[in-house]
Amino acid sequence: MPSKNEQYEYLEHTADAKFRAYGKSLEETFENAALAMFNVMIDTEKVSGEKATKVRVSSPDLENLLVDWLSELLFLFEVEATIFWKFKVLEIKKEEGKYFLSGQAFGEAFNPEIHPFETEIKAVTYNQLLLEKTENGWLAQLVVDI
Amino acid sequence: MTEILEKDNQKEKELENEPESEPESQLSSVRSQVRKLSENSWEIPVGHIPDMKVPGRLFVSEKLLEGIEPETLDQIANVATLPGIQKYSMAMPDAHLGYGFAIGGVAAFDREEGIISPGGVGFDINCGVRLIKTKLQKEDVLPHIKLLTEELFKNIPSGVGSKSRIRASDSELDDAFLHGARWAVEAGYGVEADLKHCEGNGFLEGGLLSEVSAKARKRGKPQFGTLGSGNHFLEVQCVDELYEPEVASAFGLEEGQITVMIHCGSRGAGHQICTDHLRTLGQAVKKYGIPIPDKQLACAPAQSKEAQAYFGAMLCAANYAWANRQVITHWTREVFEKVFKMDADELGMDLLYDVAHNVAKLEEHRIDGKKKEVYVHRKGATRAFPPGHPEVPRAFRAVGQPVLIPGSMGTSSYILCGTATAMDVSFGSACHGAGRVMSRAHAKKEFRGEGIKERLEAKGITVRATHPSVIAEEAPEVYKPSSEVVNVVHELGIARKVARVIPLGVTKG
Repeated sequence: MPSKNEQYEYLEHTADAKFRAYGKSLEETFENAALAMFNVMIDTEKVSGEKATKVRVSSPDLENLLVDWLSELLFLFEVEATIFWKFKVLEIKKEEGKYFLSGQAFGEAFNPEIHPFETEIKAVTYNQLLLEKTENGWLAQLVVDI
Repeated sequence: MTEILEKDNQKEKELENEPESEPESQLSSVRSQVRKLSENSWEIPVGHIPDMKVPGRLFVSEKLLEGIEPETLDQIANVATLPGIQKYSMAMPDAHLGYGFAIGGVAAFDREEGIISPGGVGFDINCGVRLIKTKLQKEDVLPHIKLLTEELFKNIPSGVGSKSRIRASDSELDDAFLHGARWAVEAGYGVEADLKHCEGNGFLEGGLLSEVSAKARKRGKPQFGTLGSGNHFLEVQCVDELYEPEVASAFGLEEGQITVMIHCGSRGAGHQICTDHLRTLGQAVKKYGIPIPDKQLACAPAQSKEAQAYFGAMLCAANYAWANRQVITHWTREVFEKVFKMDADELGMDLLYDVAHNVAKLEEHRIDGKKKEVYVHRKGATRAFPPGHPEVPRAFRAVGQPVLIPGSMGTSSYILCGTATAMDVSFGSACHGAGRVMSRAHAKKEFRGEGIKERLEAKGITVRATHPSVIAEEAPEVYKPSSEVVNVVHELGIARKVARVIPLGVTKG
């Protein structure tokens, strides 16, 4: 298990939350970005359920795919009332000029009594959005509206 | 999480060892990038970044300029590069770093040559404020304030994951998206007079249901009449100072009077509508060849099908928000009826006004001496129309539109009135609140919710929230002083101070 600092880190932002996620592969970077995002809302170490939710998104480019993946997780959190703590991106592929992601998010029914909430995220923004290949893999940077 | 927080603490300590070098250099850098026009008005000249079509204009005092981040100037300048922008890209005195537009940003775009951008509205479409008056006096309420606050907290769902007390059907949801507060009143949540005292009579024509996704519907349906979380609140207040007794009297306000302020928006429905349309507009900028300096400024020519699709969906979200505040108003009245054992009429619980502070609207303004239709985007700014304007309710037409400026938790809020100056200077707009100066993460390190709560209670303010961390991240210190922000607006003359209200009981999600 890599340390959290290798998975993601938070950067200072006056009004919103900004973070960078890292990974050896694109898939791992997307997983770590999801983990960073959910940790803005809740300490995911207090969540342990194994209820799996399938996630599929498709987008015109990789940056959009990242935003769409995170937006879909926020949507699922709200409508399924499920808090996620573990993410698996099974595949990211390009077909006919579009990008596809299939993955899973694991968690349990959200219960404010046992899941003390930190900050609600309203949405994922495109502000200062980065998705870059680095020497060791990939870097994703996001600002989420809180 | 802990590890990271500790790491951040360490970083801050390192910074502390280089005393204040950063803020000073930040200020001198901001100062060197703006030109003083008058006491509270600064220009960000064309050329600050490439392709600016008009200058930027920042309305702050010398003191508030100190708190402006260089990136906020860049965001104001970014908006000035968008096609069809009129006069200048503005920011109100509560300006701070946002995404796309700065928070506090106002810009108007030509109806034909301009653009429409969700980045100029934000995710919480028609986040706004309303103020309910009462005939109660401070001394009537103080003995019951704990009970009253508790009952409001219990009866008006708030916080993450809270569900509405209403099971709306699909056709009711349609109706709310199209008719806003009018739907709510017709469904029994309030009275006809409430509608006359809302911006746009509580709803805007032109909502397009076809542009509202199934996802937005799914999020919106269970959330009618919910406050949400973050900076949203419901507050029992007391009028503690009048600045213009004549206008206050026209508004029906007097010293010592109890008022209730509701601050919330369009909830998940609005967030989803913005998310959905940002996706399509992100592609539209490529299609129409519009260069944008920040992807969050995704937009399309105002009359294109993509822009009109967003606009129609945004109107649905705006209407949802008015319905939401209307339903909450109804439940607020019920709580007062129960606690004071009088009906809402006897209690005089009339709506003073309801304003949107995150919205884009097609309005007519006089530009270079000619009347022109423009899409005015207000992102964290309040419409402030002058006396005589046809959109100001008849009851206030002689004095101007009530402009409601919520303070942060535990600080004063202000009631102002719109002026003719605002029509010349700011497309009929004023500020929307206090403006953040400290991040939420930083606030949580600095303050403890319980501590803040005790401190406020010592000042006679009861606070009820779902979780102490909500209180910590909204501590009064994380905002600019609302008085400072409102004074700039008043001195500029884009709205005039009428009354100050102070909080007695606050509920937060």
